[in-house]
Amino acid sequence: MADPKIRIEGLYKIFGPNPAAAIELVRQGVSKQEMLDANDHVVGLKDINLDMAGQSIQVVMGLSGSGKSTLIRHINRLIEPTAGRVLIDGQDVAQMSKDELRDFRRHQASMVFQRFALLPHRTVAQNVAFGLNIQGLDSGEVDARVARWIERIGLGGYENHYPGHLSGGMQQRVGLGRALATDADILLMDEAFSALDPLIRYDMQSVLLDLQAELNKSIVFITHDFDEALRIGDSIAILRDGEVVQQGDPQSIVLNPADDYVTDFVKGINRGKVIKVATIMRPATDDTEGPKVDGDMLLEDVARLMTREDTGWARVVGASGAVIGVVSTADVMGSMVRLANDDDTAEAAQ
Amino acid sequence: MPSWLTEFPQLDRTTLVELRRGLDQAYRGFSREFGAEIEAFFDPLLFFLVWFERLLINAPWWVVIIAVCALVWSLTRSWKLIVGVAIAFLLIGFFGMWEDTMSTLAIITVCTLVSIVLGVPIGILMARSNRVQMFFMPILDVMQTMPAFVYLIPVVMLLGIGKVPGVLAVVIYAIPPVIRLTNLGIRLVDREVLEAADAFGASAWQRLVRVQVPLAMPTIMAGVNQTIMMALAMVVIAAMIGVKGLGQPVLQSITNQYFTQGLLNGLAIVALAIVFDRVSQAYGKRMQQHRGSAIHG
Repeated sequence: MADPKIRIEGLYKIFGPNPAAAIELVRQGVSKQEMLDANDHVVGLKDINLDMAGQSIQVVMGLSGSGKSTLIRHINRLIEPTAGRVLIDGQDVAQMSKDELRDFRRHQASMVFQRFALLPHRTVAQNVAFGLNIQGLDSGEVDARVARWIERIGLGGYENHYPGHLSGGMQQRVGLGRALATDADILLMDEAFSALDPLIRYDMQSVLLDLQAELNKSIVFITHDFDEALRIGDSIAILRDGEVVQQGDPQSIVLNPADDYVTDFVKGINRGKVIKVATIMRPATDDTEGPKVDGDMLLEDVARLMTREDTGWARVVGASGAVIGVVSTADVMGSMVRLANDDDTAEAAQ
Repeated sequence: MPSWLTEFPQLDRTTLVELRRGLDQAYRGFSREFGAEIEAFFDPLLFFLVWFERLLINAPWWVVIIAVCALVWSLTRSWKLIVGVAIAFLLIGFFGMWEDTMSTLAIITVCTLVSIVLGVPIGILMARSNRVQMFFMPILDVMQTMPAFVYLIPVVMLLGIGKVPGVLAVVIYAIPPVIRLTNLGIRLVDREVLEAADAFGASAWQRLVRVQVPLAMPTIMAGVNQTIMMALAMVVIAAMIGVKGLGQPVLQSITNQYFTQGLLNGLAIVALAIVFDRVSQAYGKRMQQHRGSAIHG
């Protein structure tokens, strides 16, 4: 990976009357629970180290209370860190002056909120224009850009509606439009789709992926939904009790969960939508017949193709087009259900 | 038994008298010294009030009614209200209270404007800092509970009898609601929306004028409405220090036991109050159209 867009180094956040003193205790290994009981301090984040690549979607996943919303608020410094650095293109956000920070928030990082946080007294168009108004652009420029974004996020015809009259999904489109309109490089999304119905959520994920394919923003996406994390994340960091327990691309997390906490998440998911066929293939043999599939193809798609073709074997090809391995129907099916199988066996044995 | 147990150990008479006399004289000295300057300070206000009152009185009655109805239309877009307002003003004129009503209308308008101009910024300051709030709260409590006659005394000592002390007394009496509700309204603004404003790099000023004040507007308007009502209630008391208007005939009726005159003028005040109340509420509601039926989330 080239230089990361966002690098978080040794980040601590402790809430309480005397964070500076408390941080020493935490560094000496006093546990979160002890800090709360004996010292009246809440450890929000503990020694977070994360590199987030530019032009990709970094998901930060965790259950409520894991510190993920606290973490994302350090990137645009809505929350002051107790210790540590948050480097954006090498510049430490925590060291910025008031003016620099304001400028950074206006032009470099915009944000989408869980409960939309739209201005109820302003129309859809005026809400999308909010960031541009704050930047102080003249109204001609604002109108042109707003019109473009409203069209792009599928809100054409709703310009003069008020947010209160729209459904949740539509409101979050406005929130997304407001964030994109500033042309900021970094997009911070704090559980942006968590308040939406499952179908609408899926829809909005598609909207985001489409936009990302075209815009190549650096997106930090917070969620508590592992399926969502797998679907949109180029890279995932899993947070628990204010600490990163695992980070990596979706497939590596599914294949090698770091601990029980992560295993619990992985258990329920559809592995066929995460694992790529190249991961499970066997060495190529000359005499194997069968359709050619791309190594990056997901197991689910391979299974569909093999079923349609009614074949027992498929040949996996690499980027160059050469055959690099083979898989059988049994391999594919086995990898899709393996973990569930293990669980069943374990439960049956008890 | 020692005497301080049977009788309250109060200051003795002479000390008390001297204390009072000393304070009074100090204040009198102060008003003699600075009264002229303070009066001069209020000259623009007096000028505006006199100009506005003359304008209302000298304009033909039908022009005033049309102007008021046009204002009501621009604020509320409600035909019902306009008809009601027109009938109220016609009845007032019909019973011979036109001029007094115009004087009262002028002073209420000026007092409300002064209250808003002073009260909204004070409310905003209170919302921004708990310390400022702690400072103003007891003052507001005193202003609202102190009998109005008591603070008429220093106002009259300082500025004599007339319109300006009248405005001052009415404003002191009527300003607390607009301050309190501005403070409350701004404190109640959704924290997430404020966070969004911060996240987009809004300065403190942008946050205030683009987010806090607009979102607090319904509450602020409720405060303005209360302020107008209290100003109207104060009109009769202000008449005691020479404010012209509907209050004077009421005072006259009390001293001479003219029941009907008192009732008619009282009803005119009530009519004005209803007009102000309905118009400001309808305006507030019209501003809140965006809070439609759909539920957030």
